[in-house]
Amino acid sequence: MNNKNKQISKIEISNITKKFGEELVLNEFSLSIKESESLCLIGTSGSGKSVALKCLIGLLAPDGGSIKVDGKETIGQSKAQHEALLDHFGMTFQFGALFDSLPIWENVTFRLRRKEKLNKIEAKEIARDIVSQLGLGPQVLDLFPAELSGGMQKRVAIARAIADKPDILLFDEPTSGLDPITSGVINDLILNSVNRLGATTLTISHDMASVRQIADTVAMLHRGKIIWCGSIKDINHTGIAEVEQFVNGNPYGPLTSDNANLAQTHQSEIYD
Amino acid sequence: MLDLFQSLGKGALAFCHQIGSVALFILLALRWSLTPPFYGKQILKQIIDIGYYSLPVVGLTTLFSGMVLALQSYTGFARFSAEDTVATVVVLSVTRELGPVLAGLMVAGRIGASIAAEIGTMRVTDQIDALETLSTRPMQYLVGPRIIAGTICLPILVLIGDIIGVFGGYLVGIYKLQFNSSIYLSRTLEFLEISDVILGLIKAAVFGFIIALMGCFHGYNSGRGAEGVGKATTNAVVSASILILIANYTVTALFFG
Repeated sequence: MNNKNKQISKIEISNITKKFGEELVLNEFSLSIKESESLCLIGTSGSGKSVALKCLIGLLAPDGGSIKVDGKETIGQSKAQHEALLDHFGMTFQFGALFDSLPIWENVTFRLRRKEKLNKIEAKEIARDIVSQLGLGPQVLDLFPAELSGGMQKRVAIARAIADKPDILLFDEPTSGLDPITSGVINDLILNSVNRLGATTLTISHDMASVRQIADTVAMLHRGKIIWCGSIKDINHTGIAEVEQFVNGNPYGPLTSDNANLAQTHQSEIYD
Repeated sequence: MLDLFQSLGKGALAFCHQIGSVALFILLALRWSLTPPFYGKQILKQIIDIGYYSLPVVGLTTLFSGMVLALQSYTGFARFSAEDTVATVVVLSVTRELGPVLAGLMVAGRIGASIAAEIGTMRVTDQIDALETLSTRPMQYLVGPRIIAGTICLPILVLIGDIIGVFGGYLVGIYKLQFNSSIYLSRTLEFLEISDVILGLIKAAVFGFIIALMGCFHGYNSGRGAEGVGKATTNAVVSASILILIANYTVTALFFG
């Protein structure tokens, strides 16, 4: 990705903890993302990736630790400061989270329209430009999210995230539920958009093909902690059993829970 | 024995937690309903949904209630030769009690459920989180317009319902019970005071607030998945209906000192 020589930390997460009841989801979670870097956060389901992302953008309040964006502490900010900070972020959600009751053009220009006080014609024109960059025709503008396929909804979600050119982009499993070809297209679109904006990117993904395509750096989250963080080039040679199991998609290994092993044993017994 | 105290304590704590959550939600809802920016398009959409589309339901309910009230009161009052008070009974019952309460309960079923389902679905599909990431306060964008629209629309619906209900009584009085039209109308207006109508409209505004509030509260705090949204919808309708009946007594008692 671009500007790799930049070494300034855009996002600095230090020792974040987050508990839900008795369950410790993030345990001294720390991560640093440099300006214009694309970092992919990987980990098994339930390892706390989405919680980490929500803590970063302020949707969840961590129980302890520090999050700095552009060197400024974001935890404990006033509501107004937090809202100003959110203008720097664009985010897509795992299932799109497009607003059902609004047509596509209003979804895409939702924040931009308020920020720039655009009228309907201006907003529609901008939405047309943005969706065309993501390979969608102007005919989708007046449709509603439910009328689009999963792949098209993902494109619209990306369009909404990049519409007002944020400098930090967060993607929560952008290719989940898509076929490999559409996933590849979405990854290309993410790459192009990120390169065009020069944005710092944090992507959560289970899909190693996507990770290899879009990441500069990969971090693996396990039991609420980062157990490995390094260049995508080194992902196959980490020497850490958990990372190797995840990368190779091996059903047996340290990541596999006792319950899953038990289920596997029962299944084998049934087939035997 | 310890288990009994434990479960009682747990229940009491859960109840207090719920009361506290509702109180906090009311404060936030009031604050963000009255703080600019106001989302005019959203308010208008809700006014159409809550007001315009509830009109047939409220109209039919009050029409038949007025009709049956005329029939029942005639049957009862005829036993002690007080048939000529039917028109007065119909108009006072409809404006003070039946209009607001029946309209409130019908709208609670229709709109309370719809608000809870819509906001609950937005919660479970991350649309509420998405709103926040797009620098929009969900309380201001989702809850505020519904509260404003509910509080404005219910009195208008009830006013129309009152007229339709009284008209229902009139139809039965004239065409079935053979009252003289002009006498029935003069009896209708003779004992009706403006305070009767205003009391009904104040109740309606309170009911509208309650319906929107309960729909928003339960939707906003909906559990995950389809089951969570289903429960939120049921809870919204049940709690709104119960609170309407409690508020009906409270407002009436306040007016009568």
